[in-house]
Amino acid sequence: MNLEGFLAQLAALATALVLAPLLTGWVNQWRAWLQNRSAPPLTQPLRVLHKLFRKETVMAHEASPLYRAAPYIVFACMLLAAAIIPTLATTLPLARAADAIALVGLFALARLFISLAAMDVGTPFGGLGARREMLVGFLAEPAFLMVLFTASLISDSTSLATIVSSLGQRELAILPSLAFAGVAFTMVSLAENARVPVDNPATHLELTMIHEALLLEYSGRHLALMEWAASLKLFAYSCAGLALFFPWGVAQANDRMALAFALPVLVAKLAVGGIGLALVETILAKMRIFRVPEFLATAFLLGVLALLVQLLLGA
Amino acid sequence: MAISGLAISDRRLAGEMPATLARVTAEQWLDAARRVHETGGRLVALWGADRRDDGGAFSIHAAYAGSDGLAILELPVAEEEETYPDLSAIFPCAARMQRAVHDLLGLVAQGAADLRPWLRHGAWRANEFPLRREFDPEAYRANAFEAYPFVRVAGDGVHEIPVGPIHAGVIEPGHFRFSVVGEKVLRLEERFGFAHKGIDRRFADFTVAEGYRLAGRCCGDSTVAYAWAYAQAAEALLEVAAPPRAKWLRGLMLEAERIANHLGDLGALGNDGGFGFALAQFSRLREDWLRLCDEAFGHRLMMDRVVPGGVAADVGDAIRASIAARSEAIEREARTLRDIFDEHSGLQDRFITAGRVTPETARLLGLIGLAGRASGQALDLRVDFPAEPYTRLAVKKAGHAGGDVAARVRVRFEELLESLRLVREIAASLPEGATRVELPHPAAGAFGVGWVEGWRGEVLVAIEAGEGGRIRRAHAHDPSWQNWPVVEHAIMGNIVPDFPLINKSFNLAYSGTDG
Repeated sequence: MNLEGFLAQLAALATALVLAPLLTGWVNQWRAWLQNRSAPPLTQPLRVLHKLFRKETVMAHEASPLYRAAPYIVFACMLLAAAIIPTLATTLPLARAADAIALVGLFALARLFISLAAMDVGTPFGGLGARREMLVGFLAEPAFLMVLFTASLISDSTSLATIVSSLGQRELAILPSLAFAGVAFTMVSLAENARVPVDNPATHLELTMIHEALLLEYSGRHLALMEWAASLKLFAYSCAGLALFFPWGVAQANDRMALAFALPVLVAKLAVGGIGLALVETILAKMRIFRVPEFLATAFLLGVLALLVQLLLGA
Repeated sequence: MAISGLAISDRRLAGEMPATLARVTAEQWLDAARRVHETGGRLVALWGADRRDDGGAFSIHAAYAGSDGLAILELPVAEEEETYPDLSAIFPCAARMQRAVHDLLGLVAQGAADLRPWLRHGAWRANEFPLRREFDPEAYRANAFEAYPFVRVAGDGVHEIPVGPIHAGVIEPGHFRFSVVGEKVLRLEERFGFAHKGIDRRFADFTVAEGYRLAGRCCGDSTVAYAWAYAQAAEALLEVAAPPRAKWLRGLMLEAERIANHLGDLGALGNDGGFGFALAQFSRLREDWLRLCDEAFGHRLMMDRVVPGGVAADVGDAIRASIAARSEAIEREARTLRDIFDEHSGLQDRFITAGRVTPETARLLGLIGLAGRASGQALDLRVDFPAEPYTRLAVKKAGHAGGDVAARVRVRFEELLESLRLVREIAASLPEGATRVELPHPAAGAFGVGWVEGWRGEVLVAIEAGEGGRIRRAHAHDPSWQNWPVVEHAIMGNIVPDFPLINKSFNLAYSGTDG
């Protein structure tokens, strides 16, 4: 590992840590504007993190070490996920660990811990949220894998860096398999990131919550880490989507000029994606929880179609 | 109202609402309830009073409604007896009212299936009764926790989800105990009384002329309805009538209150369906409307503007013009928003079939008001027993038989548009003249009742005057007493995450029923 690669990796991490809350703020801003409300500042999520880190952390008496450790584990998983997805450059030191299946595993690990922690203190909403989180997760995961396998088939590798560089250097052509996979990926991302129509990040109704119900008992720095992890997850998913379906402008690690160019390109792509997400959340209503399996089954079906189209037609 | 075939001597009460008052024996009490039930009448309210200082004993009152008005029955209960025959077997909605009477006055409904406390949460002892004269409200009482036996549901995989009284959002306190299998609700049990303020007892500290302010604070979102019902009762008791202009202004305020609440609820219903756009739009319209109310009446919610003898506000020509203009603007936007609601498949998927109360269930349980009109119970005092100005307005009664959230949304839209028409009509044809009359001194023992269709349903206020112009006993009844038990039925068989939406579609009062 050379110094340059190490620095590029550090830059990618720092970018993720700062850009992730800003992306959340950007989506919130656009959602407010689209609903004719005056929007909070772009930096509001960062301010909230700042506030939460300074606040007292209150723990339930019955909380086990698992509950205490979960925020750190979840945060680490999401940070690692954001680091291994080629956001700015493809040939980073961690690129060798950046396997598509490992990425799905990382998300699964985080989900496992966040759900266990929610059930740990024994409040009814924690159990309720954990149950629903697992329902969404076990349906979303196979669909996500199908999307990644389609991309792997195209580039003959499950390494994310290879997938991105081979997709990025391919001449511009709309592959039907990637189109199917793109729709499937969008649906999975909405579900996995607890957005409308699957979950409502803005709700205060504890009975309808999925993701928020898991965090109800957390406070102070633990809550800050969980919130940060949630925005990192959204960032990671967005970057994964951009890397798979819009892979242009990602730099090679040793090319400083390209690296300097990669950041504005990434920000521009995320900005457009964020507006799209806000638009989806403004137009759609939240669906009944038992429609979620149908929704994710459709995503899985599209993922399988993408795989079959690629496998059988090679297109 | 005359109860057919019952030999009781009732007297017609003065006032705008057709009402009679009669004293009955324990046998007649039950007989009357059965006859009212057989003829399609309903129980409106139930309350008790301590008459021991007046040479009597305790008394228990029931207000029934039939096709020709109200019948109020009074049953004297001897001090050593402390019991009266149970009505909940005939009218299910009586159950909670009887439990509240026991908590406050210590009278037991003989034969009732459920004798658990309702309003009492350990703030006072089980052998103390706040409505008895000897109760000292100033005495210090340490709050004692008492276990409350919820109904248990047993079975494979059944578990309980307790929700509240403190919620994740800033909303009123109420406890909901769900017995569920997975996400499916088998049973819901409500537990209220957390917002008990001792209003019935507090009324006795005021004179008949003053009490309207307390009545207008029983339930803030219905302050006009309560204050009007109180004013009707006080005017009936004093045998005076408010001037015509005051009556029309009351109508204007009541419809303005209905508009504000329907706008707020429609936005909240969209939001609970995950459609935040609706909340933003309806909140903006509601805020515009409340500012206009502030401008017109000097208070956003029009609190303390309806007073016995008239109203404490008047509107000029400029305000009348802006009411007409603003109501037209809101109507245009509301129609557009209704189209958006109707054509939004995701929202309709949440609304349709959720929380269905069939007309049959609604009739059995006595569902009233807005929720009743969405379940085929075509009851609206503005049409059935119109008081001025409704006698001259030809109000169109909203009605659906669907009984689900979608039907309650539709009824709200219909009533919103009708109320917007009504405020324009009232503003256009407001009679000239005084807005308030002088009140005479009340005679001790005089009794009056007021009955007003608030936005949620019918609000009843009964007042009995005491010595020196004071209130001896006043009781304010919220329609939510009838409708809360129906919510327990509406959620059965639905899924847990649909409860907030179903509950919001009823939007019942906590403060109003906790007293």
